[in-house]
Amino acid sequence: MNAIRHTLTQLGNAVTRRLTRLGVASRFFIYLLWHSGTAFQRFRLTIREVYFAGVLSLIIILVSGLFVGMVLGLQGYDTLQRYGSSEALGVLVALSLVRELGPVVAGLLFASRAGSAITAEIGLMKATEQISAMEMMAVDPIARVVAPRFWAGVISMPLLAALFSAMGIFGGYLVGVQLIGVDPGAFWSQMQAAVDIRQDVMNGVIKSVVFGIAVTWIAVFEGYDAPPTAEGVSGATTRTVVTGSLAILALDFMLTALMFTGGNAK
Amino acid sequence: MNRSMIDLWVGVFVAMGLIALLFLSLKVGNLASFSTAESYQIQANFANIGGLKVRAPIKSAGVVVGRVTDVRFDNESFEAVVTLNIDSRFQFPKDTAAKILTSGLLGEQYIGLEAGGDPTMIKNGDRLKLTQSAVVLENLISQFMFNKAQEGKDSK
Repeated sequence: MNAIRHTLTQLGNAVTRRLTRLGVASRFFIYLLWHSGTAFQRFRLTIREVYFAGVLSLIIILVSGLFVGMVLGLQGYDTLQRYGSSEALGVLVALSLVRELGPVVAGLLFASRAGSAITAEIGLMKATEQISAMEMMAVDPIARVVAPRFWAGVISMPLLAALFSAMGIFGGYLVGVQLIGVDPGAFWSQMQAAVDIRQDVMNGVIKSVVFGIAVTWIAVFEGYDAPPTAEGVSGATTRTVVTGSLAILALDFMLTALMFTGGNAK
Repeated sequence: MNRSMIDLWVGVFVAMGLIALLFLSLKVGNLASFSTAESYQIQANFANIGGLKVRAPIKSAGVVVGRVTDVRFDNESFEAVVTLNIDSRFQFPKDTAAKILTSGLLGEQYIGLEAGGDPTMIKNGDRLKLTQSAVVLENLISQFMFNKAQEGKDSK
């Protein structure tokens, strides 16, 4: 009897703790949005963070995009040529990149490359009491430190996802047309006929904006919420990557279900 | 890293991102065909639309001239009412026939328009009179079987 009671108490405790944390994170998010005026008034702060979150992620995004596209080209060709429709390679590569892989893989890379850096930086600022020092000087650390990083992430993420998709399509073109010898005219024209601006490209951009918001929100919150110890910062960095990646996958499923079933269910 | 270098790199990054977006919309998706340009809508009734979907292409002589924008069921005539959105650059005579065709053996279904000889052109909101339904494989097979059975009876 006691054991059951103990388990139930633990379960309840775990649920309440998570819910409380979610509530704190939501209030933090609202406060952040409310105080992000500085991030735009002193836009230089945000530009600096775009450099750290976006520009420094370029290499990994471009290289992964190229290779994902090349692998899609090889694998797609292998399957499609069995059905004698290797000209549809462009459609396969473009649709899978623009709709899914571009936003999702770019988001996962962004979470591990830029999200972890944001968390570690803010966490360390807190551990070395730079945040408290700002508060002493009557500078709002959320407006001065957190908001520019948040907006930089939100700005960078769609651009990175677009670069990933474009690079991937280029990789698919390299392998499909240059290496294997699919007809370039069919490759591009079938792609253009099948990819719809609003349905595919726009939805991909919307997805990447949503992922950008989610990942950077998690990153800045984990950093700001981290216990001010070395262990705390390392734990927060890990949580950013894990929670951020899981959030991307869950959100992707929900967004896909919303965006791409409406037309077909008719 | 000084200020102007950061600015330069961020500028390069944003420009690259925008170029990628432009590439996706112009070269990958066809922005040119996604014209908010003038179009007109006509309707056509079909006894059976088979697997026709919204956004299926409408072709005349093999050229895409529009898209299907709506498919619904008319509960009075018990027929499918298909709304066709056709680019205003293309005008068709009033007695144009609409057929539901399949591209390739197992490909997607589209609407084929065959122009008639009527001197008056079709207008926005008009209804096509001559339509031909989708070919349903089961019906085709049962027809074939029925004909074979008939032949067998006649030869006796």
